[in-house]
Amino acid sequence: MPRGGRDLDRARAGGAPVTAAWAIVLVVGVATVAIKASGPVLLGGRELPPRVRGALEQLAPALLAALVAVGVFASGRRLVLDARVVGLLAAVVALRLRAPTLVVVAVAAVATALVRLA
Amino acid sequence: MPHASRYRDGVTAALPLAVAVVPFGMSFGVLARSAGMGRLAPVVMSATTFAGSAQFAAASILGAGGGLAAAIVAAVLLNVRYGPIGLSVAGVLRGGPLARFVQAQLVVDESWAVANRGGRFDRRLLLGAGAVLYASWLLGTVAGVLAGDLLGDPERLGLDAAFPALFLALLVPQLRVRGDRSQGSGSGPSGGTAPAAGPVGPTAWLRSHTALVAAVLGAAIAICLVLVSPPGVPIIAASVACLVGACRPTTAAGATPTRRGQEERP
Repeated sequence: MPRGGRDLDRARAGGAPVTAAWAIVLVVGVATVAIKASGPVLLGGRELPPRVRGALEQLAPALLAALVAVGVFASGRRLVLDARVVGLLAAVVALRLRAPTLVVVAVAAVATALVRLA
Repeated sequence: MPHASRYRDGVTAALPLAVAVVPFGMSFGVLARSAGMGRLAPVVMSATTFAGSAQFAAASILGAGGGLAAAIVAAVLLNVRYGPIGLSVAGVLRGGPLARFVQAQLVVDESWAVANRGGRFDRRLLLGAGAVLYASWLLGTVAGVLAGDLLGDPERLGLDAAFPALFLALLVPQLRVRGDRSQGSGSGPSGGTAPAAGPVGPTAWLRSHTALVAAVLGAAIAICLVLVSPPGVPIIAASVACLVGACRPTTAAGATPTRRGQEERP
């Protein structure tokens, strides 16, 4: 029974996600620090071309919307309608009532949990 | 003396935000634990990455079994906006490369918004607010990670629906109809200047709803790809939708100078 360091790591850490988590922490951390510093350190006062800036501005809305859609409707490689849809609708109502972010998140979780109980 | 009081103004301006950021950090701690990230990694991530949406995205994709590469790429793409945001404040940061490097890390959506004075930036407000937000985010994450130990099965608690609800809450402020904007994202100057003398019809509509078009397109791309690609890939592919920002029609002659003129007026 060969037992590599990887297996030991997994056994010690309680699963692969923890190792993956550290890789994410490292790579995303370094990339974010570099991105944040790039403007002030390297480019000084220069500006990006308007079209590039225009596209970069829309990265966040596009990705966030994709995260919402996939988070609610995807289950592996299938699209499903389940309790999460109720949670999202509850979040929409909370947002319309201008609830704080934490309340919006809590309302979605509670609504989903209640539907699962029923 | 006046310098110290300006930093203090930044701290004061950020305190109401801190009240929101601590629980927000807690929800990251809880959700990261439910995604199997362990205890220490989420805290280190908050200390180094210090960018909420990217951290949540990475945890969410990892928790959904989307794989390491997809989680990293999606998180980094979400932080690409800090490129232009960093550029917008580059002019007011002082000191040598190392000092500027450190100060730049305190720039997040909220500190950027607090320090924005009609298109110009106040360095002390920026750093004072940034320091408060950093401490709150870290504190919240630690509390959330510890609270995560007390919680049971994340699905039974509906935590899988908490992720999309959070992303929706982050998305909505960005969809606000505005005339145009020159920098970054987040809760920037809210007074969207309607292009009074601009063109009407589809062109004008697209100009003021670019973020909405990008969001709908991004969601559509992701949903279509769920059926044919491994988890995580749909999110990354959705980034293509940002190109609508590049082909924003510039029909109004001299639109850019007008906009800049408006923003730099105190």
